[in-house]
Amino acid sequence: MARSNKPLVWSLFAAGGTLAALLVPALVVVTLVVAYGYLPAALDYQTMHAFAANWLGKVILFVVIALCLWHAAHRLRTALHGLGLRADKWVAKAGYTVAGLGTVFAIVYLLQIH
Amino acid sequence: MNGRPYVREVRTASWYFGRWRDLHHMLNEISSIFIGGYALILLWGVKSLAAGEQAYLAFLDGLTSPLSLTFHWVALGFTLLNSVSWFGVTPKAMPVQIGDEFLPGHYIAIGHYVAWFCVSLVVLVVSGVFSNG
Repeated sequence: MARSNKPLVWSLFAAGGTLAALLVPALVVVTLVVAYGYLPAALDYQTMHAFAANWLGKVILFVVIALCLWHAAHRLRTALHGLGLRADKWVAKAGYTVAGLGTVFAIVYLLQIH
Repeated sequence: MNGRPYVREVRTASWYFGRWRDLHHMLNEISSIFIGGYALILLWGVKSLAAGEQAYLAFLDGLTSPLSLTFHWVALGFTLLNSVSWFGVTPKAMPVQIGDEFLPGHYIAIGHYVAWFCVSLVVLVVSGVFSNG
């Protein structure tokens, strides 16, 4: 049988979808509050830096960013197909490249915080 | 992937405006753009955290731009719709079997909605959105 990357891509997609559905609306509200110029207590530099310096905080930030990126990349293919764009190969390449780079950079940046 | 690519021609790029079911589907798919975009904003935030306090303050300041404000409102609309839809189909995506019976679908959906509410509340309380100061 030919090896397929579908189970891996699918599991990242499903996990990302559930995580995104659970977390993203609330997170958007938090930064929406920031967008209006009010800074929630936990978002000041010292608190956020301490959170990201902690290994558990690193894992949480990494999982949220990476899974949301992979979920979005995978779903972008059907979204753009539905919108009439017939270039799945390029959409897939671009989407997974951004998700892959985002994952790597998330690790790099998080490891710089200590 | 498969030998023969799936190509279904559609007459226009606005076919989904005909039926609510189609429109609902497309709106859910489009939400992925905002989920991905938001993840990139978070990544940008982590980058600025790594770069130091000045960079982080500049990141927070950038969030107050009109573009960011617009993005947030649109993203909030799309992601709320996506969450409602996503948990609405969980009974189909992961049915729960107990003995010979399947747990009625609405228990699974309601369970996810309750979990969503609790997680959202925790995020808002912990981040300090409700606190004064």
